Amino acid sequence: MIGAGLAVIGAGIGIGQIGGKAVEGIARQPEAASKIQINMIIAAALVEGVALFAVVVALL
Amino acid sequence: MNNKLILNSKNFKHLLICAVFALASIIPAISFGQETEHKPEEKFNTKELIFEHIGDSHSWHVAIPFVKEISIPLPVILYTDKGVEVFSSAHFEHGHADYTGKYYTYRLIKDKVNIVGANNELLAGANLAKIHGTLIDFSITRNVISMWMTIALLLIIFISVSSAYKTRKGKAPKGLQSFLEPLIVFVRDDVAIPNIGVKYARYMPLLLTIFFFILINNLFGLLPVFPGAYNLTGNIAVTLTLAFIILLVINFSGNKYYWKHIFMPDIPWWLYIIMVPVEMIGIISKPFALMIRLFANITAGHIIVLSLISLIFIFNSLAIAPVSVIFVVFIDTIELLVAFLQAFIFTMLSALFIGAAVEEHHH
Repeated sequence: MIGAGLAVIGAGIGIGQIGGKAVEGIARQPEAASKIQINMIIAAALVEGVALFAVVVALL
Repeated sequence: MNNKLILNSKNFKHLLICAVFALASIIPAISFGQETEHKPEEKFNTKELIFEHIGDSHSWHVAIPFVKEISIPLPVILYTDKGVEVFSSAHFEHGHADYTGKYYTYRLIKDKVNIVGANNELLAGANLAKIHGTLIDFSITRNVISMWMTIALLLIIFISVSSAYKTRKGKAPKGLQSFLEPLIVFVRDDVAIPNIGVKYARYMPLLLTIFFFILINNLFGLLPVFPGAYNLTGNIAVTLTLAFIILLVINFSGNKYYWKHIFMPDIPWWLYIIMVPVEMIGIISKPFALMIRLFANITAGHIIVLSLISLIFIFNSLAIAPVSVIFVVFIDTIELLVAFLQAFIFTMLSALFIGAAVEEHHH
């Protein structure tokens, strides 16, 4: 239970960082917005995958 | 065979739809209001409701609001060590009765079938710590029926779209074609070609199938009523199979450079001790991550939505209903996004891994 909560903290921090850097990148070069967006979504899904590992193990 | 011939007969479409839904109601049984059997003071059991929705079950509850609650019992097909046994799950009466078949007596414990011996002890089945006898459950459960429904839907949509392309060669797409074309072109141009490169055409059918299969299953899981309300992509066996297919495709289409990267990479010799085991574990762990990611995302979404709705029943007050419904609408929107996203991510990572396997040597 506590493990799941801790894992979600990690996911929150990670995805927050990804989103922040992606938005910064778009601000610096608006033409690359769609490429940056796709990469942000991919990285977010990978980070969330790891966090969900932990949630699944915590539920077991 | 000409696709148009198959699909031009309206009969085929109707037959396919009727066949799938007829299979789901082979032996219909109507059970009126199970609530009357419960004790009057029984609390609302959230956990049971959630696990009933997420898990598999031998009967399909179709609730027509304010009229009645129908439970369609599905056939149970068992392979015991004495032979195959087929009967309707209506005999189990939702777990309250035992059924004596040709070979053994069966009891439904927590939605799994078990064999019961003469003195009420469990002989075989999924609820035993050790598996004594053989009891392999091949039943047509809710997940199986829902998978058939998805397959039927996919066949109808894509056969009709492909036949429309053939007959309307050179003309602008119309109707269902124009709805699907952006999605298919997206999968080709943004997922397959950047990741796989020149040999993408061989893997397009696989990627498209995976994408649309996962997408349709995710979307149907969001619907609260029949024919939705099942949880196929949130079933770890299903995602395991998908990930296993990807594992086979990657390793059978890996070329010399792929295996060289794994077993003899271009690194100083003293790093071999670490890198080679890590790479070997990586062969398994990449599809494993695909499996867990899809399973956990979809299941977690369903659990959240159901818990928020159950809030109304736990508090037993009408005032909490608007708050709960607003939350649920919000979370459902996120779940819609997650449905698309998870299908996209699964397809994209598969394309990435396949691309890494078929990549040509370039130094």
